[in-house]
Amino acid sequence: MKTLNAVHAFRHALKPLGAALLLASTQTLAAVAYVSNEKDDTLSLIDLDSQTVIETIDVGERPRGIIFSKDMKYLYICASDSDTVQVMDLSNHQIITELPSGEDPEQFALHPNNRFLYIANEDDALVTVVDTQSKEVIAQIDVGVEPEGMAVSPDGKWAINTSETTNMLHWIDTKTHTLVDNTLVDQRPRHVEFSDDGSRVWASSEIGGTVSVIDTDSRQIIEKLSFKIRGVHPDKVQPVGIKLTADGKYAFVALGPANHVAVVDAKTYEVLDYLLVGRRVWHLAFNEDQSQLLTTNGVSGDVSVVDIADLKVTKSIKVGRYPWGVVVKP
Amino acid sequence: MSHLDGTLSLPASAYWHCFCGILKREYLRFINQRSRFLSALVRPLLWLIVFAAGFRAALGIAIIEPYETYITYEVYIAPGLCCMILLFNGMQSSLSMVYDREMGSMRVLLMSPLPRQFLLLSRLLSIAIISLLQVYAFLAIALLVGVEPPLAGYITVLPALVLVAVMLGALGLFISSRIRQLENFAGVMNFVIFPMFFLSSALYPLWKMQESSEWLYWLCRINPFSHAVELVRHALYLKLDTESLLVTAAATAVFSLLAVTGFNPQKNQKPTR
Repeated sequence: MKTLNAVHAFRHALKPLGAALLLASTQTLAAVAYVSNEKDDTLSLIDLDSQTVIETIDVGERPRGIIFSKDMKYLYICASDSDTVQVMDLSNHQIITELPSGEDPEQFALHPNNRFLYIANEDDALVTVVDTQSKEVIAQIDVGVEPEGMAVSPDGKWAINTSETTNMLHWIDTKTHTLVDNTLVDQRPRHVEFSDDGSRVWASSEIGGTVSVIDTDSRQIIEKLSFKIRGVHPDKVQPVGIKLTADGKYAFVALGPANHVAVVDAKTYEVLDYLLVGRRVWHLAFNEDQSQLLTTNGVSGDVSVVDIADLKVTKSIKVGRYPWGVVVKP
Repeated sequence: MSHLDGTLSLPASAYWHCFCGILKREYLRFINQRSRFLSALVRPLLWLIVFAAGFRAALGIAIIEPYETYITYEVYIAPGLCCMILLFNGMQSSLSMVYDREMGSMRVLLMSPLPRQFLLLSRLLSIAIISLLQVYAFLAIALLVGVEPPLAGYITVLPALVLVAVMLGALGLFISSRIRQLENFAGVMNFVIFPMFFLSSALYPLWKMQESSEWLYWLCRINPFSHAVELVRHALYLKLDTESLLVTAAATAVFSLLAVTGFNPQKNQKPTR
């Protein structure tokens, strides 16, 4: 009994030490960016403190869209050519399971309930809804031709899909899983992004060269942005990825083969600047405190880092071939 | 003859006084020739604003040292244009040397009891210091077209600029010791300034040169001006390019030696026939 007590006391004494160690380790643990390399079938992991690639992990074929689960335990990976969504355990970087995604999943979005995954199936003109817990398909919704972009509103009410050939945003009611409305936008809509308060939707049109800002309540376009970069042919201006800062100050738009990211005033919709990054810039991600923006540059095979306070590109980091998606783990 | 014996025993203040005199003369020459100052500034600005606008899309396809990311063409050529200012000033000083010789004012300078090497090196340094004013003026204007090196870079680039200025000044001095008459300066333009500038990394990265011609690439590689440009480029972005530093320093030493030993004031006398 005495020894047991002693052990107990010893453990007790160690507790604050352990807590301190844990705290120290979380403080020194740098944020890590996960980048999907479409051509290499890998993920590149970038340490954002040292700005170097610290690990490269093999995953399924042609990884494109990637997102974290809300609890930061898992990473979902659209392995397009493997026709599946892979689930990676973030504690050990093992693929622990695969979800039935339908064919050729490219982009997806996770509902705030951390359960329902909305997946765009490009070849089948479908949006597949998968329950990540039961691993079952709970709905398939017919949408336009070549569905691509996916987003779920912050309140979880709406799921929006974009179809590249039909040129529409499809509004899906997440309660009934039915198509409720469509909004026509410019040619080849590729990506949709909700503002943090959910009142606006930003949608990029790759061929149209525009970004439409849509009011969520009326589902009508309230503003259309176009871009013009000195010295770059207008045909090369192909908006894809969009990110909006939480403070509502900026919107960043990746302009594809124009090799620039547009900085837009999110209140006045005025284009403030164009930042030179690598070739064919595709998708974007913020770090946790939104002091940095990362861009995936497909053709040049690197990730550019933008300092948001200065609006300057500070570094470009080589990753695998054709980096596509990027997410940052704090 | 007393000054010959007394050369070594002259106090340090005499050297300083002499250097200040030479610097002041260069300064007066500089402000009295306002057109020269303007042309020294307009020339690189034309390249930066007009030429670079035409070439804008040509670059930005690869990341090269010392840059951390993709850059515009303006950013790329700015260090080369800084060196261009130093190159023209170095050569122009050689012109003034010929002029001085023809007008006989050089003889006045050489009457100083101080060693000739000191006089010549003082001149080189004076020209370098005057040139630096122009380089910084150029860099200030370059800010307007988005050439924004880190703030500390403006300080770290200073020693690199001084070294390059002395190297090019020494080269100019050496050349001037070989020129008999003022008219030959046009030849200097053709055979020294243009090849040195175009066969360097000032306007295009050398890997681009290598893609089109291997032997042109090697000509650029052995051109000390390439190394001078790279030294300045790296210093401006807080990096040290050791190879360039060694080559530039060695070239400075060689040119200075040639300039000092090759300088013969007797040559300034018109050939007597």
